[in-house]
Amino acid sequence: MSISVKNISKSFKTVNAVDDVSFEVKEGELFGLIGPDGAGKTTIFRILTTLLFADKGTATVAGFDVVDDFKEIRNHVGYMPGKFSLYQDLTVEENLTFFATIFGTTIEENYELIKDIYVQIEPFKNRRAGALSGGMKQKLALSCALIHKPKVLFLDEPTTGVDPVSRKEFWEMLKRLQQKGITILVSTPYMDEAALCDRIALIQHGKILQIDDPKEIVKHFPTTIYDIKAANIYKLLLALKEYKHSYSVYPFGEFVHYTDKREDFNPQELQQYLEANNHQNIKIEITKTTIEDTFMELAK
Amino acid sequence: MKRFIGFVKKEFYHIFRDKRSLFILFGMPIAQILLFGFAITNEINNVDIAIFDKSNDATTQEIIHKIAASKYFSIKQHITNEAEIETVFQKGKVLAVLVFEKDFKKNLTKENSAKVHIITDATDPNTANSITNYISAIIGSYRQEINKNVNFEYQIETKSRMVYNPELKSVFMFVPGVMTIILMLVSAMMTSISITREKELGTMEILLVSPLKPFQVIVGKVIPYIFLSIINAIVIVLLSIFIFKMPIQGSLFLLALESVLFIITSLSLGILISTVSATQQTAMMISLMGLMLPTILLSGFIFPIASMPLPLQIISNIIPAKWFIIILKGIMLKGVGLYFIWKETLILAGMTLFFIALSVKKYKIRLE
Repeated sequence: MSISVKNISKSFKTVNAVDDVSFEVKEGELFGLIGPDGAGKTTIFRILTTLLFADKGTATVAGFDVVDDFKEIRNHVGYMPGKFSLYQDLTVEENLTFFATIFGTTIEENYELIKDIYVQIEPFKNRRAGALSGGMKQKLALSCALIHKPKVLFLDEPTTGVDPVSRKEFWEMLKRLQQKGITILVSTPYMDEAALCDRIALIQHGKILQIDDPKEIVKHFPTTIYDIKAANIYKLLLALKEYKHSYSVYPFGEFVHYTDKREDFNPQELQQYLEANNHQNIKIEITKTTIEDTFMELAK
Repeated sequence: MKRFIGFVKKEFYHIFRDKRSLFILFGMPIAQILLFGFAITNEINNVDIAIFDKSNDATTQEIIHKIAASKYFSIKQHITNEAEIETVFQKGKVLAVLVFEKDFKKNLTKENSAKVHIITDATDPNTANSITNYISAIIGSYRQEINKNVNFEYQIETKSRMVYNPELKSVFMFVPGVMTIILMLVSAMMTSISITREKELGTMEILLVSPLKPFQVIVGKVIPYIFLSIINAIVIVLLSIFIFKMPIQGSLFLLALESVLFIITSLSLGILISTVSATQQTAMMISLMGLMLPTILLSGFIFPIASMPLPLQIISNIIPAKWFIIILKGIMLKGVGLYFIWKETLILAGMTLFFIALSVKKYKIRLE
């Protein structure tokens, strides 16, 4: 096991940031912690990167205990915090050289590992890091976290604030890194990114709701979900919530996701109810369950 | 070692790319020393005074001439009645009025005593004091002149000699003080800010999750500032020698060593501040309020420690600057060797060790 977390709890004053969390990450796995802001993802990262002590429980990273062998862990992990944490007044190249040096290596030595990522920002290597765009900053931060060839890579919300194209590229890079045998623990509030992980843990209020393969998680969803659309989405939402058979109703992109309490639910009936409520351009369609739906269901 | 050098290199990048800090680092010492040297001074020069001579005889004329001839006073105005005294003061035209009593010469020759009245504007007590002393001195010397041929049987004559700073140049007093303040400010404030900046920007988080050891981070932060502070000290000494003609009586080598010691004391204070503050602003406020003010007020730089109330005198002992100023004055003005200042040196060294030990203990290798 590359990462093993057993019954970790951590509270700050009155808030239980992490509450009895356990999970394991296999070697070479791309594992995702999926949850909204404030779910406790960052705290888990900080405990695993030896920055915080857990109140209860034990954890090991790359076979080292996070409390007793913290020095070993600091040699063998790459960490990319949620906030952009590079030196803004240093150039791209200086940042990379700096991180290579403090880990006792050089850019040349591990260039192969970061090549795919670094070539994209290399044209700007003399630009100050503060002047880079969000996507390029992420690439530089990832390069810096990788430059010492870590066994385990911790990425705390790496794609927050990054444009969709860069996000997609970023995940492709993670996939390639994974093939090089690096274990990756990544957190994200974006449910669509969860499907790209090998396994995910859905987390909320410091508790893990479910751990599984993203495809499995979706499969276990109990009922059918309907995409519903109408001219006035807000009124539609209110009307659906008032509908006596409704089980769950929440906005999802340009649609409203709806599930019904009854097993023998007939969309036609709902259509009539909505028409009776003066809704226009009503559209009701069965849709595929996503991880977000599962999350909403579990978090209920 | 390579890691450490890489870290120090990065620190130099930070310093040289931050124009504002650079300005503070090198502009401030020059500005301060020039300000204190030229503008802020206790000496009096060409003070405007008024004369109210009720007797207007040969003796008073002679005294007035003597006063007018000195470079300290210029006689702005002669007044003729009592009421005018108040008016000239209120208009702020003069800082002192000299009143000679009626029949000055007659009283002097017949009764062996005549009175002169010095009225000063004491809104600025220091200046008022100096004016009184200077005028008394001039009149005193005149009295000795006319008594030259008279023999008194018992006479106590006081002769004073100002040693180490015979011309009483206040810049000589300010140079050690300014040097102390600048070294303190540069070393303590800049290091504490540069360490807290890493905390604030989140880079500390990455540095912690790296094989860099805490002392490597701290020493790496401190080395560039030792270097810069030494340059500052050299600039200040050169300025005081070449612009203010201040003689350095003692050994330059000892001066350099003691300065390095004080720089390290200040740096260790800076590290200590950074371990207790989370943001650059806090670090700056603590440095300014907690270090600068006591250094200026309680170190004996501006206000003599001997004339402070006892509790403040006791507190002044824990101000490192006090000891450094004693050392500096000793070396610069008195030309003493280590033999006379070993006690102060030892106190500074002890303080440094204490601060370093405390910071190492307080330095967090984790986030909480």
